[in-house]
Amino acid sequence: MNNFFERLLGRRNQSSGSTAKQRLQLVLVTDRSDLSPEKLKAMKDEIIAVISKYVNVASDKVEINVEQRQRDNWLVADIPLVKGELIISDNGVEDA
Amino acid sequence: MPARVITITSGKGGVGKTTSTANISAALASMQKKVVCIDADIGLRNLDLILGVENRIVFDLVDVVEGRARPRQALIRHKQYPELYIIPAAQTRDKTAISPQQMTRTVTELRTDFDFIFIDCPAGIERGFRNAIAPADEVLIVTNPEVSAVRDADRIIGMLEADGRKLPARLIINRVKADMVRRGDMLSADDVLDILSIKLIGLIPEDEHILIAANRGLPDPTSKAGRAFRDVARRLTGEEVPLVKMAGGNILKRITGLFSAD
Repeated sequence: MNNFFERLLGRRNQSSGSTAKQRLQLVLVTDRSDLSPEKLKAMKDEIIAVISKYVNVASDKVEINVEQRQRDNWLVADIPLVKGELIISDNGVEDA
Repeated sequence: MPARVITITSGKGGVGKTTSTANISAALASMQKKVVCIDADIGLRNLDLILGVENRIVFDLVDVVEGRARPRQALIRHKQYPELYIIPAAQTRDKTAISPQQMTRTVTELRTDFDFIFIDCPAGIERGFRNAIAPADEVLIVTNPEVSAVRDADRIIGMLEADGRKLPARLIINRVKADMVRRGDMLSADDVLDILSIKLIGLIPEDEHILIAANRGLPDPTSKAGRAFRDVARRLTGEEVPLVKMAGGNILKRITGLFSAD
């Protein structure tokens, strides 16, 4: 069973040193930002909900992640909109 | 001569703080620098044992803080390294026996007499850690190329960043096994530096002579690890010492970058 998951995650043939590096990079995102994967998911859902009030978001393609740049954390979001929808800005209505 | 106060810390226990403190202090003393190392690990003292002065203790750090002895009275002079002095921790008390303010006051009194004051920090991120960094001008963080030690080092770096003083901190990667790095089964120095984004000051190979030296209570400057610690000591004095290439990566570039950045 363990082997199955390891193969699934592509770790089976990877050296243990690279696995250690990847695991550390992931766990340090949580350690440094105090943002657990669950909290990040909840925040992502809320952000999508807020933005959806104004524009039509392709919600299944939204990517929101914490990225490490040196020792700083950046919340990086890619939020694609559904094509051809109207965007309502402060100035009124314009074509997307 | 106003001393530089350098705290050696790690977060995780057992990574080599006391070994680093003993070896770097002894190396600087052999370079005619006047050095004192203070064991801040109250209740679990060991620096005295590693340096072989365990039978010569009269006063300890808590005696000094509580006024039973002047800082100078607690100094134990090392027999083989006459420029090296040790202030041992108390063994029968705990970290709450002293405060960060008291620690700073004690160190301030010693500053005029020495070139370097090293503080051997206890493991953990609580009171003992705060006591040990309170008087520091700079910090050396010791880690091992191993997931839990690197994670704990990251926590320490984060705490130092959150501290208003923004103390300059550099990393010692201890117990590197070149053959394991070569076959991909150990984090390389480059991996650790990528993760921690901190300047490197030393790369210390795994070396059984460290244990033999500890058995005898006398640092061995001729061993592989001993020589790497001596290089750290020379870098502390501002000398440019290239890293002995151990395994993979562009580590040489990294360490030269380290000096130009300062």
